[in-house]
Amino acid sequence: MPFVPAILLTDWLVYFILTVVVAFALYARRHEHLRAPWRRVTRRPLAMSALVVLLVYVGIGLLDSTHFRLRDTEQDVAVSETRYSHEVLSVLDILLKPLRESSEKTYSAPFAVYAYTRETIVHADGSTSHIYPRLQYAGAHLHDASERPLDIAKRVAVASIQGTVIWIILLSAFAYFIARRKKETFGEVLHRLRRGQTEVPWRTILLTVGVLLILVFCALHLAPYYHLFGSDQVGRDVLYKSLKSIRTGLLIGTLTTLVMLPFAIMLGIMAGYFRSWADDIIQYVYTTLSSIPGVLLIAAAILSLQVYMANHPEDFNTLIVRSDTRLLFLCLILGVTSWTSLCRLLRGETLKLREVDYVQAAVALGARHTKIMMRHIFPNVMHIVLITVVLDFSGLVLAEAVLSYVGVGVDPTMDSWGNMINGARLEMAREPIVWWNLAAAFVFMFGLVLAANLFSDAVRDAFDPRLRR
Amino acid sequence: MIAYIIRRIFYAIPILIGVNVLTFTLFFIVNSPDDMARIHLGVKRVTPEAVANWKAEHGYDRPLLWNNTAQSADRVTNTIFFEHSVKLFMFDFGRSDDGRDIGSDIAKRMWPSLAIALPTFMVGLLTYITFAMLLAFFRGTYVDTGGVVLCVVMMSISGLFYIILGQYVFSKLWHLVPISGFDTGINAIKFLILPVIIGVVGGVGASTRLYRTFFLEEINKDYVRTARAKGLSELRVLFHHVLKNAMIPILTGVVVIIPLLFIGSLIMESFFAIPGLGSYTIDAINSQDFAIVRAMVFLGSVLYIIGLILTDISYTVVDPRVRLH
Repeated sequence: MPFVPAILLTDWLVYFILTVVVAFALYARRHEHLRAPWRRVTRRPLAMSALVVLLVYVGIGLLDSTHFRLRDTEQDVAVSETRYSHEVLSVLDILLKPLRESSEKTYSAPFAVYAYTRETIVHADGSTSHIYPRLQYAGAHLHDASERPLDIAKRVAVASIQGTVIWIILLSAFAYFIARRKKETFGEVLHRLRRGQTEVPWRTILLTVGVLLILVFCALHLAPYYHLFGSDQVGRDVLYKSLKSIRTGLLIGTLTTLVMLPFAIMLGIMAGYFRSWADDIIQYVYTTLSSIPGVLLIAAAILSLQVYMANHPEDFNTLIVRSDTRLLFLCLILGVTSWTSLCRLLRGETLKLREVDYVQAAVALGARHTKIMMRHIFPNVMHIVLITVVLDFSGLVLAEAVLSYVGVGVDPTMDSWGNMINGARLEMAREPIVWWNLAAAFVFMFGLVLAANLFSDAVRDAFDPRLRR
Repeated sequence: MIAYIIRRIFYAIPILIGVNVLTFTLFFIVNSPDDMARIHLGVKRVTPEAVANWKAEHGYDRPLLWNNTAQSADRVTNTIFFEHSVKLFMFDFGRSDDGRDIGSDIAKRMWPSLAIALPTFMVGLLTYITFAMLLAFFRGTYVDTGGVVLCVVMMSISGLFYIILGQYVFSKLWHLVPISGFDTGINAIKFLILPVIIGVVGGVGASTRLYRTFFLEEINKDYVRTARAKGLSELRVLFHHVLKNAMIPILTGVVVIIPLLFIGSLIMESFFAIPGLGSYTIDAINSQDFAIVRAMVFLGSVLYIIGLILTDISYTVVDPRVRLH
């Protein structure tokens, strides 16, 4: 085999989340009461546009969540068994190979062909000069730096045309498909799409897809020849770093929820359902946990983990396992700090629900407590859980940046927006300033968080019964 | 009411014990004092004697919970749990791992924290309420929609960007205020302006949007319709009737963070080099000074619980319909 899978712990959890989401989607499809609120979400143009963006992020994150080790190319002939390289790669790394391997010596500005720092060059005749050397990879195909604007313009033009053509093909295929299904003519469907007279706001969705397509094509055409977002201190391509950071951001946002959900749901429902001493104990636990300032609890826990790791180096032998464990632990502890509010909400709702007729009837019929909680109460608090999960997501992505800055976030060697921003603090003080790391982190993070915020607003509006008029 | 407050204070004790047990577990049971000593001494100098020395110096050489070698009451008191956890209840924070008195450090560093957190809080509250009222006044118009969109956009930007860009634009490009630092007395103002502005701007999105919903909730109620029916102008309705009632959820919501203002903001203080409790905590985290982190966790919980009690009291103050039993 040319590769051997090296699935990390977080990867398994990603697959697990994916399975749960897909299973829930399939389940919800067949139940009208679950489909109705989602249908309301799909009627909102802004939310659907945000969903397209979110899906792109999720796609990149998933590509980056399949890890393996490639076979060593420099095989020792004497050793018959195949050996695999120590480097753990993901599918995304393979796709982005040109970006991953085009490391310069140090900083370079976006689209630059000359290095950020001067170097002393020794000429053939023995004289030396102190100049900005050409970069090794970026713009290496250019004979002269003055060709650069024309080259970039040409590539952007080609990319835009390609993107548009692909988009038009997609659009026609989509319109044809709809026309077939609704038994309308192609022209009618196109007309309605253009006017935005469809139930699902396809016009907005298709426009978003179009813009993203053109951006992706521009990146495809430019990234192998230039550093679109420059390169960082050790010369790594910043675009590559930002793309790798997507997985970190998504994981923090979703794994944390995954960790906290079982506790919050179980304890919240139990506290509300059983009341008396069970309620007292659960309330005591969540008041205690929520009274510790979140950052401090996370700091305390991460410090403990660091000490533990330092004293047990044999369990964490590779860098990627270390950072992976730390990421998982961070999600765990973030979950511990964030489950309390959901638990409180669920307790309140269960207190109300247990007095409702159908629950009383179930009690009178002699149903077991576990059964009542599972069948009658849990489905009826599900909307609260869902709203909390989507609303918390963007906050968690933002929290990652702050925690990394404080020094208790993800591992400093891991690609994350927080680490990029953290590094940018010193870079902003340089002369001339190195702004592209910060800019790249800003653009990618802003895109994800804004899309998540817009989407979660729509979900909340659709699921919150108080808002339904 | 006084009986209620006293009961609440007693109720706080088990919670603080819980907090203490939790930090004790994190710092002493998950990682033994030996581990801590090794971290502090570095890899090279770790000999059993050095570890024992370090532990003796910092009082970590006692047994964890129960001292078999001691006599009578000392069996309980001469332990790590008593020395480092129980004593926190008497606000005796002990010494940090590099030998400084934490209690006096906290007393000294509280004021810079407050100097930055209090103005941020006050100016922020005023700004957010003003903006929220403006949006409520223009509800249903393009101003409202645009304002809400702007709020969502501002919410989606990490607070770190506001700080980094603010420092860059105001201090480095325009040289209006010093980039960071702190001074005593009236000279402190020029150091405080920027952090306060950035703190306020950073919170505008989320708070304005939240407060706007409070206003809109009130604006649809019957008494407001009555007021309008009487012929009052929209502005008068807003200021005299809606504002008062919308203030109830706003005030009771923010009371809980008032005590926490003492601790200050970790991020702000470390970016602007304010010698407050926030930067104190960050320094402690970075130098792995567990004694300080432990003290700050305890202090934070105490202040939070005070905040909860204040919240309950504030309900009765702003809304006479609420009675505490």
